[in-house]
Amino acid sequence: MKILLMGNPNVGKSAFFSRLTGVRVIVSNYPGTTVEFTKGYLKLGEEMAEVIDVPGTYTLEPTSKAEEVATEMLKDGDLVIDVVDATNLERNLFLTMQLLERDIPVIVALNVWDDTKHRGIDINVKKLEQLLGVPVVPTVAVTGEGMKELVSRIHEAASPPVSHRTRDERWAAVGRIVEQVQTVTHRHHTWLEHLGDASVKPFPGIPIAVLVLLTSFMIIRFIGESLIVYISGPLFNNLWAPLMMRLSEFLGSGGFLHDILVGKLISGEIDFTQSFGILTTGLFIPFGVVLPYVLAFYLVLGFLEDLGYLPRLAVLLDTLMHRLGMHGYAIIPTLLGLGCNVPGILATRILESKRERFIVATLISIAVPCAALQAMVIGLVGGEGWHYVAIVYGTLFVVWIILGLILNLTVKGFSPELLIEIPPYRLPSPRILASKLWMRILGFLKEAIPIVMLGMFVITILYALNVFDYIANFAAPVVSGLLGLPREATAALVIGFLRKDMAVGMLGTLSLSANQLVIGSVVLAMFFPCIASFVVLARELRLKGMLAATGIMIVASLVVGSLLNLIL
Amino acid sequence: MISNRPITVAQMKAGERGRVIQITGGHGLVRRLEAMGIRPGKQITKVSSMLMRGPVTIQVNEAQLALGFGVARRILVELESK
Ligand SMILES: Nc1nc2c(ncn2[C@@H]2O[C@H](COP(=O)(O)OP(=O)(O)OP(=O)(O)O)[C@@H](O)[C@H]2O)c(=O)[nH]1
Ligand SMILES: [Mg+2]
Repeated sequence: MKILLMGNPNVGKSAFFSRLTGVRVIVSNYPGTTVEFTKGYLKLGEEMAEVIDVPGTYTLEPTSKAEEVATEMLKDGDLVIDVVDATNLERNLFLTMQLLERDIPVIVALNVWDDTKHRGIDINVKKLEQLLGVPVVPTVAVTGEGMKELVSRIHEAASPPVSHRTRDERWAAVGRIVEQVQTVTHRHHTWLEHLGDASVKPFPGIPIAVLVLLTSFMIIRFIGESLIVYISGPLFNNLWAPLMMRLSEFLGSGGFLHDILVGKLISGEIDFTQSFGILTTGLFIPFGVVLPYVLAFYLVLGFLEDLGYLPRLAVLLDTLMHRLGMHGYAIIPTLLGLGCNVPGILATRILESKRERFIVATLISIAVPCAALQAMVIGLVGGEGWHYVAIVYGTLFVVWIILGLILNLTVKGFSPELLIEIPPYRLPSPRILASKLWMRILGFLKEAIPIVMLGMFVITILYALNVFDYIANFAAPVVSGLLGLPREATAALVIGFLRKDMAVGMLGTLSLSANQLVIGSVVLAMFFPCIASFVVLARELRLKGMLAATGIMIVASLVVGSLLNLIL
Repeated sequence: MISNRPITVAQMKAGERGRVIQITGGHGLVRRLEAMGIRPGKQITKVSSMLMRGPVTIQVNEAQLALGFGVARRILVELESK
């Protein structure tokens, strides 16, 4: 049996899904968190039922790609758990009506039940059940309240005989039901609601946004640096280094296996940033440098997501972003891209038009550096002075703006206007925050470790075979002539295709000047995407879009790199 | 009793309340707005608007929605006298 979890966006379907199946999925307080479907299993008596978390939709007449996915799914489901936001009954029931008209059994979960009381909403559940003709169970997906009852009543799910209605008839039916089952008593705004309203007003909304972004940046840096200085640094230097020295001696301080595992010794010692062995630099980059920043970034992002701040930021930035061919909601994929370009590009599915998705995905892959790359840049370029780091970030930001302006003028079609629901502010649940952080960290490690290890291996082999030398001869006019980098930097640009953090690490072995480090970092950030983002880019933009994006990328990175070389 | 001339949501001031009387626009927009809870007869309250023809935030029932300026201009409301 295939059970679909369907409902309006941001009603708690994913939180519900995690509770039912034990499968972790991302839960965030903004509409459009889920853009793909996830499968899980639920034991129903003797049978294992397949449960599917579906992207949210307001209607079965889809208006975006994520909604299309939702409507498509309905075709091969056997039963629908319709998750309804109890604090927004009228609008949610419109979709319920559409579902009831289909020939599929439905059971309604009246979710966010905990919020109804303090909002002064009273719903007569028995009556609602009677009027709809299907079971209705109040639930709280974040705590699990009501889940057992819902599961025990799944077999009662029904498909009452309802004839197909026009939209007006449907609304009329919804209106009659709501009138009979719901009473709303007037109450005053809570402080969270006041804060919510304030943050979408130009004043104090804009100062609040500046404050939020600056504070976020400072917290990320503080947590990231602290983890490196007090935890990962000491662990590597005091514990791991001696162990590796022993291994090095054991392997005879040289030779092929030694070079693969331990790497080169730098004046007789292991240098985690220079040695480039699988067990030295190969572990140091992902665990020692990048993980602390990835953790810090996702902790702060998770907090902002669960609070419900991101849609408000979208409102504030909408006017600016329209100039760049996007609407304000594109800030969500863009911010996700600052963690890792892959989920960022995937999240462009919440945008309605193909043109906008192309522009946003292209801008992410060119001008939005992922956390791994940023961590390495901060580590490497930061050593030369903070203003150099500022030049890297500043350049990428300017590129984002200028490229956006250009794409907006040249890409055909138009970008639709902002039309989004702003969720209420909610105090983030520590459990959801922790679960989300864990998922993202695990995702990072699963993806990074094998590729970094493989990368280290490949680098050693390619050096041993002189392949880089061969490529460098070809690339010298561009790399040295245009970008002003030594020809050895070609190897880093090539490895950038595997992982950007590793590539920045390679720049660190070339004793570059501060300006060269800046140029190298910027070009690496903009140039060809890493293999993982390349794959999603190809999937989301199709071959043609991907080729166009790649072309823009190569041209833009060379132009910007050469300009920096001239200016600096 | 003053009979109010209809104005657009874009013209409403923050804090004002009105009843939707018409949505002028393509079929797609009307349907989309309708599915999100904005349709003739609904009472809405304006929460805020951004500068320079930026988006407008409104409250419909218990939900808040942000609409681009162009969309806000297509929703006609009759202001409620206080
Ligand atoms: N108070 C309360 N909050 C809830 C409840 N269920 C979910 N939430 C919160 O509501 C927000 C949205 O939850 P999700 O599970 O991501 O919602 P979704 O329906 O999957 O959203 P989309 O994937 O965007 O369609 C999150 O911040 C949850 O923590 C509930 O029963 N009560
Ligand atoms: Mg979801």
